[in-house]
Amino acid sequence: MTLLETVGLTKHFKIGGNVSRRTLHAVDDVNLSIDRQEIVALVGESGSGKSTIARLLARVYQPTSGEIRYQDRPLSSMRTRRQSLAYRGDVPMVFQDPFSSLNPAYRVAHGIMRGLKLHRRDLNRAQRREEALRVISAVGLAPGVLDRYPHELSGGQRQRVGFAQALAYRPKLIIADEPVSMLDVSIRIGLLNLMTALREQEGVSILYITHDIASARYVSDRLLVMYAGHIVESGPVEDVLARPKHPYTQLLLSAVPDPRAPLSTDSADQGEPPRVIDPKPGCRFRWRCPLAIDVCERVTPELRLLAPGHSAACHVATPEPSLSEP
Amino acid sequence: MLEVRGLSVEYATDGAPVVAVDGVDLDVAAGEFVGVVGESGCGKSTLLFAIARLLSPPAAITAGSIVFKGHNLVTMTEKQLNALRWRDCSVVMQSAMNALNPITTIGAQFRDVAHAHMDWSPDEVAERSAEVLRLVGIDPIHLKSYPHQLSGGMRQRAMIAMALLFTPDLVIMDEPTSALDVVAQRSLMVQIKQLQRQLGFAVVFVTHDMSLVSHFSDQLLVMYAGLIVEVGPTRTVFDSPAHPYSRGLLEAFPSIRGVRRPLTGIPGSPPDLARPPSGCRFHPRCPVAMPECATTEPPLYSVGRAQARCLLHAPERAPLSEVRS
Amino acid sequence: MTALLVDTSGAPPVETVARRRGGFLGAVRRSRKAQVGLAMLFVFCVFAVVPQLFTSVRHPNDLAFAPRLPPSGAHWLGTTALGQDIWAQLVYGTRESLVIALVAGAFATLLSVVVGVSAAYLRGVGDEVLSMIINIFLVIPTFPLIIILATYAGKGTLPVVLIVLIVTGWSYGANQLRAQTLSLRNRDFLEAAKIRGERRSYVIFAEVLPTMTSLILATFLGAALYSVLTAAGLQFIGLGDPNSISWGTMLYWAQNQQALQTGTPLWSIAPGLCVALLGASFALINYAFDEISNPALRPVRGRRRRRARG
Repeated sequence: MTLLETVGLTKHFKIGGNVSRRTLHAVDDVNLSIDRQEIVALVGESGSGKSTIARLLARVYQPTSGEIRYQDRPLSSMRTRRQSLAYRGDVPMVFQDPFSSLNPAYRVAHGIMRGLKLHRRDLNRAQRREEALRVISAVGLAPGVLDRYPHELSGGQRQRVGFAQALAYRPKLIIADEPVSMLDVSIRIGLLNLMTALREQEGVSILYITHDIASARYVSDRLLVMYAGHIVESGPVEDVLARPKHPYTQLLLSAVPDPRAPLSTDSADQGEPPRVIDPKPGCRFRWRCPLAIDVCERVTPELRLLAPGHSAACHVATPEPSLSEP
Repeated sequence: MLEVRGLSVEYATDGAPVVAVDGVDLDVAAGEFVGVVGESGCGKSTLLFAIARLLSPPAAITAGSIVFKGHNLVTMTEKQLNALRWRDCSVVMQSAMNALNPITTIGAQFRDVAHAHMDWSPDEVAERSAEVLRLVGIDPIHLKSYPHQLSGGMRQRAMIAMALLFTPDLVIMDEPTSALDVVAQRSLMVQIKQLQRQLGFAVVFVTHDMSLVSHFSDQLLVMYAGLIVEVGPTRTVFDSPAHPYSRGLLEAFPSIRGVRRPLTGIPGSPPDLARPPSGCRFHPRCPVAMPECATTEPPLYSVGRAQARCLLHAPERAPLSEVRS
Repeated sequence: MTALLVDTSGAPPVETVARRRGGFLGAVRRSRKAQVGLAMLFVFCVFAVVPQLFTSVRHPNDLAFAPRLPPSGAHWLGTTALGQDIWAQLVYGTRESLVIALVAGAFATLLSVVVGVSAAYLRGVGDEVLSMIINIFLVIPTFPLIIILATYAGKGTLPVVLIVLIVTGWSYGANQLRAQTLSLRNRDFLEAAKIRGERRSYVIFAEVLPTMTSLILATFLGAALYSVLTAAGLQFIGLGDPNSISWGTMLYWAQNQQALQTGTPLWSIAPGLCVALLGASFALINYAFDEISNPALRPVRGRRRRRARG
């Protein structure tokens, strides 16, 4: 059952001074959907628009056009503070930087208690404290952590607190914006395992935003690949990794360092995703694409179903033989 | 070419000094690519800065020697060091945006470096600058560009070009790819390796991402809590890691190929160097710790072609029950 | 499965900077300068609260003694040209100077905080307007403004002096606080508060301000310092109340009666020195706050480092 979906979600930013007004196309025409109890990974390099999508879903930005629908109701219809708070309680966000995501002036309990006060009004003070203890242990931290200051905790502990804060709302969907990128490698697995456990035990869905395709594979059920503001490929994670249809996905996979695999043939690609400013129609990957053909210059490709549940936005990609053309 | 023996670096604090690097030995042969791997707080960056003699108070080298081409860098004066700097040994910093001056052009910065270390004419400087930029795959027209006009990957390449101005024998790199995306990272690593083969310089490459250096380094050092816990040929360390920490690190990288299986990582977090654990510093987090690990500080034992600082490999022990990687 | 989740780590990694360890008292204990400053301030506070303990004279402005007496057992600093005990005036004058410093300092800081933080947080038109106001007050030459205001207000009674000081002293701090708030604006915890659904006013007062306490305190100390010196200056040029008992008035009368030339130099020097010392005490305490917020400024206690042997 679809929990959240976007239809033609677009966000443009105006850049440049008053003299030269140009538009940065951060997110263009994105259709994605997230079901209950699933972890969806959104993979892309910096500048691909993935963080903008996170903020659009968290209602930090307003979409330039397109719609976000939560439980079949568009977000734009949630105008009262009550409706807005209800959505925020259902769809919280976990941030990337453990060193700035907690207010250094307060103890750890503060953020959790404030969240409970705003979103779980039915609880009295004692019950709030109990709930705080419950979520802290649900993320694997000792109860004493609640009374510590953020600077006394390690990066991994702080990120767990971030998840605890989100859990306190009894959310349906957690937006995790690169939650492990700034952590040490050996700590990351603990957080990733936590995310899978939360899906099982608390029944939440997670939108896991990252640039690291290996960790995306580790936790997620479905994978969305973003490039220059577009979703270029989407499908079940094992399917996309085993049979990538879009040349960008193929490039990403070949670039991931894997000590167990031999070094793949070097491509001349220097690896710079573009800033999309006032773009013309056509595929935005065409300058780096080894398979680009004529139509790629003129027509922006749309997501086409190429295998069961697996789509790619590419003129060159061919559908699996098992799938009959519509 | 570079021989470090017993190097120790301490940070002075209000209380007892913190030992960031504790008796490290390191050997780099000419043209060799040495990877130094570890997590934050292990001392790898401090080690690098110590070798480059760039430490400033409250950090200071308290013991050991750094013998570079026959000279001990630790006892040299600033003047003597400056003669070596950049000509024989250069440094590539972690973030180009922090290391490059944002208000001057790339060309001007190359000129500054050239003038600081050599007496070249303006023409020679311009020619050499263009040459090194071409070497790293940047059009020399960018000598006139400012750092913010270049992309992240290009800035890092410009840093590497700057480091190669005088074709040094040793280039020290402190996580030069960490700010880059995966495709740019791969491209830069390949480029570095190619340049190394072409120009023959040695590289000491510090990173927290073990898999990054797996295809590029000849020798691999794993650091933990200021100590070297494993050292050996890269392939050996990857295929059969002898130290439980190296094993744990390797296990902590999810793979995009093969079967998807749950991983455990390493529980806990790196120790506070002001109060390191007694005995083996890794024992509180070690899955195979034995009682003596809490009381004995293991030295580096030979394990095949590598060395590991782990009591499991003490020669007086019976053959190991498990060595599987 | 939960065993995999439990995070057993206790100690944070080395690079975590423990800020405000022990808070204010801890910082003071570590800083010699702050200790000296606090000691001086304490002495002045005692003088202000119980001046009667330090001198037998009850009405220092009364012309009760022989004029121009040199320092002696009866009059520790001698007497003025008008027959007043200098030491008594000094002790009783402490109260007014301290009140001016603390009250003007506090209100100026309050104004700085409200305007500076709001400007940074509101952005857009609100920021433009408030910034313009801050900049106007910042740029106007203060002393001429002070003189005009004080003259316009008529008698230089204490409230007038206070108002003048507050009006001219708030803009510098406002700018600093605005800059600091702007730099904080992108910190994730503020965005997190917003996403949590907190109202804007809550975010400003409960999330932003608590992280700036050391800056606010430093602004206060700066404003207090400014007030002490400027009040003395105002009173010296005659814009204060000539009948009040304060250091600045002493300076005015001393100058009026040409104390330095006529053999009663202490009449000038003593109050001047007190003004300087009170100001210095605020400045010294301020050092402690610099050192808390920027550990790089802390003095490196010398542990002699052994020269490494090859």
